[in-house]
Amino acid sequence: MSAPSVRRRRTRWFAAAALAAAGSAVLAIAVSGIGNNLVYYWGPKELRAAGSKAMGATIRLGGQVATGSVKPSDGLSSLEFDVTDGSALVHVVSRGVPPQLFRDRIGVVVEGTLTTAGIFESRRLMVSHDNSYRAPADKDVDIRALMQSTEGLDPASAPRVAGSAAPGR
Amino acid sequence: MVPILGRSLILLALLAASAGSLLALATGARPSVAGWVWSRRLAYAFGGLMLLANLTMEYALLAHDFSVGYVAHVGSRSVPAWVSAVSLWSSLEGSILFWGLVLGAYVALTTWANRDRYPEHMPWAVGIWLACGAFFSFLLAGPAQPFATVANPPLDGPGPNALLQNHYLMVIHPPFLYAGYVGMTIPFGFACAALFAGKLGHDFLRPLRNALLLPWIFLTIAIVLGGWWAYEVLGWGGYWAWDPVENASFLPWLTATAALHSALLVERKGVLKGWTVTLIAATFLLTILGTFMTRSGVFNSVHSFTQSAIGPTILAFLAVSLLFSVALFALRVDTLEAEGSLTPGVSRDAAFLVQNLLFVLFTFTVLLGTVFPLVMEAARGVQMSVGRPYFDQMAVPIGVALLFVMGVGPALPWGRATGQQIQRALVPPLLGATALTLAGFLLGVRSRWTLLALLCGGFTAQVTLSEMILPVRQRMRAHGEDILEALRSAGRRGRRRFGAYVVHAGAILAIVAIAVSSTMGSSKEIQLREGESASLGAYTLTFVKGEVVQEPHRESVRARMEIEKNGQRLGTLFPAMNYYESQREPVGTPAVRSGLTEDLYLSVHNIDARAGTVGLLVLVNPMVAWIWVATAIMALGGLVALVPPLRARALAARMAAAESAPAIEGLQ
Repeated sequence: MSAPSVRRRRTRWFAAAALAAAGSAVLAIAVSGIGNNLVYYWGPKELRAAGSKAMGATIRLGGQVATGSVKPSDGLSSLEFDVTDGSALVHVVSRGVPPQLFRDRIGVVVEGTLTTAGIFESRRLMVSHDNSYRAPADKDVDIRALMQSTEGLDPASAPRVAGSAAPGR
Repeated sequence: MVPILGRSLILLALLAASAGSLLALATGARPSVAGWVWSRRLAYAFGGLMLLANLTMEYALLAHDFSVGYVAHVGSRSVPAWVSAVSLWSSLEGSILFWGLVLGAYVALTTWANRDRYPEHMPWAVGIWLACGAFFSFLLAGPAQPFATVANPPLDGPGPNALLQNHYLMVIHPPFLYAGYVGMTIPFGFACAALFAGKLGHDFLRPLRNALLLPWIFLTIAIVLGGWWAYEVLGWGGYWAWDPVENASFLPWLTATAALHSALLVERKGVLKGWTVTLIAATFLLTILGTFMTRSGVFNSVHSFTQSAIGPTILAFLAVSLLFSVALFALRVDTLEAEGSLTPGVSRDAAFLVQNLLFVLFTFTVLLGTVFPLVMEAARGVQMSVGRPYFDQMAVPIGVALLFVMGVGPALPWGRATGQQIQRALVPPLLGATALTLAGFLLGVRSRWTLLALLCGGFTAQVTLSEMILPVRQRMRAHGEDILEALRSAGRRGRRRFGAYVVHAGAILAIVAIAVSSTMGSSKEIQLREGESASLGAYTLTFVKGEVVQEPHRESVRARMEIEKNGQRLGTLFPAMNYYESQREPVGTPAVRSGLTEDLYLSVHNIDARAGTVGLLVLVNPMVAWIWVATAIMALGGLVALVPPLRARALAARMAAAESAPAIEGLQ
């Protein structure tokens, strides 16, 4: 074998090794990136059960606004209420303007974090369009299904491709 | 009557597609004139039958024939005729029927255009296309059934999803998306044909590349239309959220873009044939995966998708296509012999490789983030999603790197570059890089990634522009032509190359606009009573009053907002909540005041016209309009690159007759 072909083979090996190294580096970055950016979908019961583990994580909490629990705190652009699944309660503080349909006893999904004081700080409040939504009490809240009936702030729940997640289907 | 007609047409289409597919594949294996003639006829028949089936559905929709299952599901007497017409693609079953129409049109037209060409490849390709056609006909005949008979037809239906009626973009976005998505079947068929025939030579690259470029243009437009629609309708103030439905359209775009570039290496160097075929197959598989993800409801809940047979059927098709592709590749890839080799070193070739790798990495990271929640829910029953920061963290560095490679590649010569060549190629564009970064910095950009994007953007912009002008300058120097003459002849000779650089120019603009708009904006949520004002940056907004406006198909509750900037009156905006007859819940419609430098974006969260209160989300989004402009430029560049082949023969004849053209060879 002539020298250039040996050199070429060596280059090829080197290239393959470099690719493998780069690939695994990217894989490692991607996996840790996913691990750090997970958004958990939990109901009040599961959130309570997770206890201190839930603190600091990004959570989508789903459930029903507990009867009579809504109170605007400072002015109109911040409010407090309780989210329930029928058995457990979580106290939520929401900053920002509430959506049109927000009221007592409606299904909601709030995204935010649980503080050390046990209060859920919501950055995003999404309201279910399903008027007949009721807290399931005996089961866990199916937040994906609940999200499907919310729309507005969260684009994931709205039909991008017509019919893909059309409400009422 | 109509349901039976529709079902018969679907069954005939199924028959034509499956018979045509088998016949065409047999003709590929054992060439025969009669076999090829009949394969073609069946391909035309499939296209024609799909067209008739779609016309039948359109008739049923417009005539409000509620005995047709799909019409009973989405039709309504109370909506305008245009809404009835576009209801074809407003819901699942109809959109699969529409898919059939687009596929039929692509298959019939591509078969017709190549009826006398590529005799070794075409039968195989037609066989693969019609196999896909047979699957979608089967989906329509069995699991989807848009023409199901309704035993007791209702007097009126619920009407299509209100979001469809709410904005015209939702009407035009799906056809573009289908033209892009379904069109990827054509290059897939060509790629399989190349593997079957064991040949991917120079002559067959042209149809392959064009078959890829056309749906690529549609898909590019569709992705951005989707983002534009989200921006104009959803009211959260952005255009891209990395949600699964968006990612489903983005993933095949990434691999198709990579394939368009690697096909150039096949053309120039005769290498990477197997790789290009793989990318094309991946593109097709990703469109089917995307269809599965968006059509089966699997993202609402992993457990809900089995409620309809459509999801599992598409999943089965995906599995079969994947197995088929892998097996075909494994058995036949050795037949695609490389006709040349790549020289290691710093060169344009190497830049193409890096570009391809970056696109594949991009695809991989987006795919990982998209399917991860599905896998977790299926495996461990945990509901979760991958947050937007993951996608941003991965996409921003890859995007900036791509922007950089897009500048370095075209600046470098093919083959191996000497140190001096490299210096000459890469030093001058630093001027553009510095200028743009400095301009950004002076205008207040402080985000490191945005500054980096500006740096690479300036570099690449200068390279792209000078590459566009280069052939003109060369002609002026070599032939002594004046500038107009040189422009014309350079445009004639190097249209494809010129088109590619126009696409690049659009891409640079898009990336810079995305970087600036996502880091330089500001937002605020406000709650106002009548007469009250609030301000954001230089803008002052006054809520004059809430109004109720009656329109034929909806009632609109809107906020009259007076806008001032730096104390100067700009006009009135009307962000609104729309109420549709078919739906109790309102659909918000933001008001956007678009400008060349920035958009003012008002979105109603809540409004009570009687009490005189409004809750608003207010955003100032810089440079967003440029994303739409950039996409138009990209699409235009794609068209410029696509058009010459249509006239290639005439041109080739003229070129042979005209002067011998020495200096032009080296330009392509």
